[in-house]
Amino acid sequence: MVKIGVLALQGAVREHIRSIEECGVEAVAIKRKEELKEVDGLILPGGESTAMRRLIDKYDFMDALKEFAAEGKPMFGTCAGLILLAKNLVGHEPHIGVMDITVERNSFGRQVDSFEADLAIKDVAQSFPAVFIRAPHIVEAGSEVEILSKHNGRIVAAREGQFLGCSFHPELTDKHDLTAYFVDMVKETKAKQLV
Amino acid sequence: MKTGTDRVKRGMAEMQKGGVIMDVVNAEQARIAEEAGAVAVMALERVPSDIRAAGGVARMADPRIIEEVLNAVSIPVMAKARIGHIVEARVLEAMGVDYIDESEVLTPADEEYHLYKSDFTVPFVCGCRDLGEAARRIGEGASMLRTKGEPGTGNIVEAVRHMRKVNGQVRKVVGMNEDELMTEAKLLGAPFELLLEIKRLGRLPVVNFAAGGVATPADAALMMQLGADGVFVGSGIFKSENPAKFARAIVEATTHYQDYKLIAELSKDLGTPMKGIEISSLAPEARMQDRGW
Repeated sequence: MVKIGVLALQGAVREHIRSIEECGVEAVAIKRKEELKEVDGLILPGGESTAMRRLIDKYDFMDALKEFAAEGKPMFGTCAGLILLAKNLVGHEPHIGVMDITVERNSFGRQVDSFEADLAIKDVAQSFPAVFIRAPHIVEAGSEVEILSKHNGRIVAAREGQFLGCSFHPELTDKHDLTAYFVDMVKETKAKQLV
Repeated sequence: MKTGTDRVKRGMAEMQKGGVIMDVVNAEQARIAEEAGAVAVMALERVPSDIRAAGGVARMADPRIIEEVLNAVSIPVMAKARIGHIVEARVLEAMGVDYIDESEVLTPADEEYHLYKSDFTVPFVCGCRDLGEAARRIGEGASMLRTKGEPGTGNIVEAVRHMRKVNGQVRKVVGMNEDELMTEAKLLGAPFELLLEIKRLGRLPVVNFAAGGVATPADAALMMQLGADGVFVGSGIFKSENPAKFARAIVEATTHYQDYKLIAELSKDLGTPMKGIEISSLAPEARMQDRGW
């Protein structure tokens, strides 16, 4: 049985926990770095990336998060979480910096430009209701990165091995396919480690 | 592709959960707030305690100040419009403000009607003292709530009263049978469909932040413990001796609201907090929470 954590410093924690539980696995809110040891995968939720970063630094979370990534455990970033995972940010220093992508923040505009759109996501869904809120997008992806979805020519979902990221908020809808896709990544990784 | 949907407007507030929204009056304060870990800033001409002191009619801030703050930070920027002032709200929307507070801190433009907020693409936050008021605002299209508290007093008592009241009434609705809800809707002055939704969800359909009187890190943590989704801090931060330190302390106390040793640590040497006002000493016309209905 796998256990998936949701980084609970700020943002849409409750929604991700519900989504993980809907996929039939246990979810834990992670408020302290020691708690990372208890989980097999981690979701970095939507929220404000600058506020999260401030709290990550304050509680010495950064090394623990990098270590979590170095152990090969799956990580899934949504919106602000995608920003935290990216190796490069346009105009800013990177945060955890583990996924080989370049991300631009607030790249669709301000809140009045926030939108909903149906997306095709490779290996996940033909039509997925994606909620974009002051969303970032992936400007550039490394050669090992698999592009899972684009919206108007912009990359909005991608996977690189153990890392999954998207610009939008799957946790705000009742469709759990993308979370289920991540749950499968976590299960596969754990199964390999047990062999 | 659709903009301005309920999911997009309410979702924006969901992303602010567990965070602190700070009142600022210029770009420099906005940067301090962002640096301290605020999830958003509220751009104002004057903080509530100064509005209270100045008296007269309080209106939407000078667009110059809002523009300055919009350009200074990458976090969302909110701004206040007077209750029922359709044009102030439209002006703020046109400027690209991320969230509008239809606020009793400003002098109401309409004593009978609040804005029909569903008409706007920009989301709104509104104050509430009880579930009836909360439900009426959601019915008009508010995507986020906050307690009214008593702004600019540095006294948490009213925010506590409003948070307990709303959450107690939500629990009552959740525990009621469907056939009792229409009578409850009548008594509360709340839309019936909304009470059905609250019963189904087991909670309000939008986030509810604490506001109006948060003056210390312990106040912020108290409101989180009482079930607030996050905290607005108005006059407290930039009226304190060391705003940056004070702002960081409020952010941390909000995140770790049950870590009392930590709250003790970060409450040390913050300097003198706002003096504060005893609520009973306020004249009836000075009570901002009684504006709107």
